[in-house]
Amino acid sequence: MKVSITVNGKAYTKDVEPRTLLTDFVREHIGLTGTNIGCDTSQCGACTVHMDGMAVKACTVLAVQADGSDVTTIEGLASGGELHPMQNAFWNEHGLQCGYCTPGMIMSSVKLVENNPDITEDEIRHGLEGNICRCTGYQNIIRSIQAGAAAMGGGD
Amino acid sequence: MYPPKFDYHRAGSVEEALAMRKEHDGKFLAGGHSLIPVMKLRLADPGCLVDISRIDNLKGICPDGDTVKIGALTTHAMVASSGEVPEALPEAAKMIGDPMVRNRGTVGGNVAHADPASDLPTVLTALGASMQITGEDGSRSVGADDFFTDLFETVLGEDELLTGVTVPAKTAGTGTAYAKLPNPASRYAIVGAAASISVADGKCTAASVAIGGLLPATTRANAVEAALVGQEMTDANIKAAAAAIADSLGDDVMGDIHASADYRKAMAPVMIARAVKTAVGRA
Repeated sequence: MKVSITVNGKAYTKDVEPRTLLTDFVREHIGLTGTNIGCDTSQCGACTVHMDGMAVKACTVLAVQADGSDVTTIEGLASGGELHPMQNAFWNEHGLQCGYCTPGMIMSSVKLVENNPDITEDEIRHGLEGNICRCTGYQNIIRSIQAGAAAMGGGD
Repeated sequence: MYPPKFDYHRAGSVEEALAMRKEHDGKFLAGGHSLIPVMKLRLADPGCLVDISRIDNLKGICPDGDTVKIGALTTHAMVASSGEVPEALPEAAKMIGDPMVRNRGTVGGNVAHADPASDLPTVLTALGASMQITGEDGSRSVGADDFFTDLFETVLGEDELLTGVTVPAKTAGTGTAYAKLPNPASRYAIVGAAASISVADGKCTAASVAIGGLLPATTRANAVEAALVGQEMTDANIKAAAAAIADSLGDDVMGDIHASADYRKAMAPVMIARAVKTAVGRA
């Protein structure tokens, strides 16, 4: 089946099997491998992308469901050669260890902060309930998101 | 992890969805946050999916006099942020999954899937919600009490589509609440209790209490309700009334690696008392 999905501002039309997941569409069909597949059961959040302005778990969205949608992946956050403030914050605050969960952490946290610019530490901790870090590096992730929120114009 | 192969059809209206389902012997797909995971696990293998997610008139929350209609495609995120529905509903919706799951998962999909550990069936049962169902031969309305029949089983026929859920509007003097003991990893309910309590002069004048998570299907706690009505809503009276659940759980209490049947039975009155107390505070 033909689907047309705009990813990071570029329109792609591909012929896919209906069972193709959005994770596989971005990774295999258009070669953007920044979106990671972790648990593949909509729990870990490594596959988080933005679809029509909302954070979603791409491992549990079919490409056919995303037909006509506007999708942003981790590769689409930077603009004009400048990292997104949240990406910079993860870098500066050491918000990653192995880095596998990081694309999902950043995609989730960008939406958490956009939807709640003055987000508190408690709200960040609750807001990350769908993103799992197996390095147990949450403390620096929280710190990164606080710094990212401040850089995005809100935060503490 | 791919789901099994299936044919895909996208419906633009309820009528088209019903016709497509019948022609292709398909299964309805809404947000897919119950169906896609079970397909990946090969617990479901429908040869055809009829995507109803673009039927716009099934989305949204519409107050209508003393009731509120919640379209089947309304997401948990929309319910979680709604001030128009009784408090227990947004309270429960906020506990479902995580922000990304709530952005995609729908009320209709959740209710039709009828997972015994899900939150909304318990809340809707306590609220006295009615399920709006459309089939080839017209529409019908089924009370939540009668809708959930067994483990992942409802009264929905193969040729019927759940189009929405109707709940009572918020009423002065009545408070609603949901209390859940969640599985720490999945956040599904080990035990969930919902209550709708009417209070006048400190006494309970009407009570509707439902319990889920530990039985194959959510159920009303009739003995607890009877024990609440007429009582002053003190902590001691609420606790005593909640204890009445023990005799009405029967032999169907489920245990698994996450929580034994005995543990769930012990937690049932605790969750009920919490829900009732919070509901009384909101009445």
